[in-house]
Amino acid sequence: MAISSTGTSAGDERPWTYYALGTLFGAFLVFLYGPMLVIYILSFQGPEGGVTFPMLGASISWFVNIFEPGQMANIPVSFSRSIALATVVSLVTVAISVAAGLAFRRPFPGSSVVFYAAVASLVMPSLLVGFGIGLGFKFLGLEPSLFTSALAAQLTWTLPFGLFAMFAVVNRFDRSWEEAASDLGASSWQRLRYVTLPILLPGIMGVAVTAFTLSYDEYARTTLTIGSKNTLPLEIYALISSATSPTLFAIGTLTTAVSFLLIAVTLLLVFRTQHRRGLMRAG
Amino acid sequence: MLAVHALRSNRQQAPTSSPQQTDVGRVCMDDRRPTTFPDVRPSLPLHRNRSEPPAVRLSPRAVSWLQVSPLALILLLFFILPTALFVVVSFFDYDRTGIYPAFIFDNYRDLLASPATLRLYASTLKFAVIVWTITLFLGFNIAYFLIFHVRSGAIRVVLFLLCVVPFLTSAIIRTIAWIPFLGRNGAFNQALIGLQLTSRPLDFLLFSDFAVIVAYVHLYTVLMIGPIANSLAKIDPSLLEAARDAGASRWQTMINVVIPLSKTGIALGSILVVTQVMGDYFVVRQMSGGQSASIVSALSTEIQAMQYPPAAANAMVLVVVVAIMVTFMMRVVDVRKELVK
Repeated sequence: MAISSTGTSAGDERPWTYYALGTLFGAFLVFLYGPMLVIYILSFQGPEGGVTFPMLGASISWFVNIFEPGQMANIPVSFSRSIALATVVSLVTVAISVAAGLAFRRPFPGSSVVFYAAVASLVMPSLLVGFGIGLGFKFLGLEPSLFTSALAAQLTWTLPFGLFAMFAVVNRFDRSWEEAASDLGASSWQRLRYVTLPILLPGIMGVAVTAFTLSYDEYARTTLTIGSKNTLPLEIYALISSATSPTLFAIGTLTTAVSFLLIAVTLLLVFRTQHRRGLMRAG
Repeated sequence: MLAVHALRSNRQQAPTSSPQQTDVGRVCMDDRRPTTFPDVRPSLPLHRNRSEPPAVRLSPRAVSWLQVSPLALILLLFFILPTALFVVVSFFDYDRTGIYPAFIFDNYRDLLASPATLRLYASTLKFAVIVWTITLFLGFNIAYFLIFHVRSGAIRVVLFLLCVVPFLTSAIIRTIAWIPFLGRNGAFNQALIGLQLTSRPLDFLLFSDFAVIVAYVHLYTVLMIGPIANSLAKIDPSLLEAARDAGASRWQTMINVVIPLSKTGIALGSILVVTQVMGDYFVVRQMSGGQSASIVSALSTEIQAMQYPPAAANAMVLVVVVAIMVTFMMRVVDVRKELVK
């Protein structure tokens, strides 16, 4: 979080704008979470119920439906594909963007080219990136697949995100820690391994979870690069037009739960690390 | 102390190639043992020599190149080259059975001469402008609230996370989540009828331009909040105090101090939101119920029909339009300087 404390001193009167903006913020949260809550609730619809309210009882039959043979047969397998791909994307993104983030701390020739290529890769309409890679594979006579073309397409999306996140992380890094390490006799590798990376760790965990979730939910860059074996978002995409039962909502609830769980665990780890550091600093 | 503690906690894994080394490691890394700096100093050259002989010591520039090369390589192979490829393909000839290397301008001529192209661009740009206006208003005010009105740092982090977390969940699910909410028999209409605000369900809520805009705002407002909050957080509060002391009203402070100082965030957020809308093909198709198309949704239809050359020409025109928009917005501010410092 790049947000530091800038509040006015406590105790003075709140201006009217505080209440106006507070209300706006509250309304925004309702807007943000309201529709999502609706589908979470509807996914527990009774077996006789439909895709809107009222709820006719409550059941987990729509969740059970996902794991039965039939229309949803591809969901579990595409889920495991998505998890595998997201894991690889996350690891690669962390390794490459941490290295690049460190590189950008010094000026070097060609840095603007790399920087603007990353910006362009981020703002390029996603489907076009997949289109280009798909065409390239076709011309080379290669079969598009999960860990070649789809991985590459997703990296063009997660790497710029990772790089810009690393800029924010590295900007707040106090280089005197590194100088201290060198003065104490650390080699540059030791300095990286035992000083720089541990201090940057919370930020790096943030990059990891962001890359994972971006990959896990990606569809626009993946759709033309995946070949014949869909990831979960593409499987869901294919189901939207055909599925008219609350099963679709049940899938939505489950996949969102996976994201929430992952984010929660990461946040917990980050806060624990920072808390422990706070204690150490105090002690 | 942080660095020392980090060192200590990892002591066990420290390389221990020579007994001398281990000793030094203990002395400098274990802060429970009384130690002084002179104990460490003498071993300094030895340390350096072991892992990095001076002969292959890289210049800082070479280290940077080495560190950035994987990123550069991936961007080159999977972004720049594929983009160059569809530039080439956009000049190719095609028929029902295949595509043929050529250098013809027919694809561009067909595209630019078609009134449908103009309609698509007009429709997509209309969505981009409307969504940009709404997300800018929401994003700026929410960021302002988080930075200047929320006094507790912990609460600020929690509220900020509440805004960010949905962005990390599935955009497809978040989009279709509006369907049971906005539909004719949806939750919103049922609530309106329940409150007796309307007697008949409102039809314009779903499968309309309105629904498309709602979904865009829902998906992309956070892209505005993040960068603007980042800019606002860098403003020294004493500047606002100074403005107040100098007799500026709240409104004058906002116009003359806060907004100019947050223009980096505004520009970055605008770039992200506008390019997302320009590149979308799913939301517009889904939420308009097939009534509206976007540039990319038309393009994806061409790709599905394997009409690669016209699709590539279409893609090129879009890339140029988006590039012009982004360049224009980047002129407002030196994005690179702001990000890298």
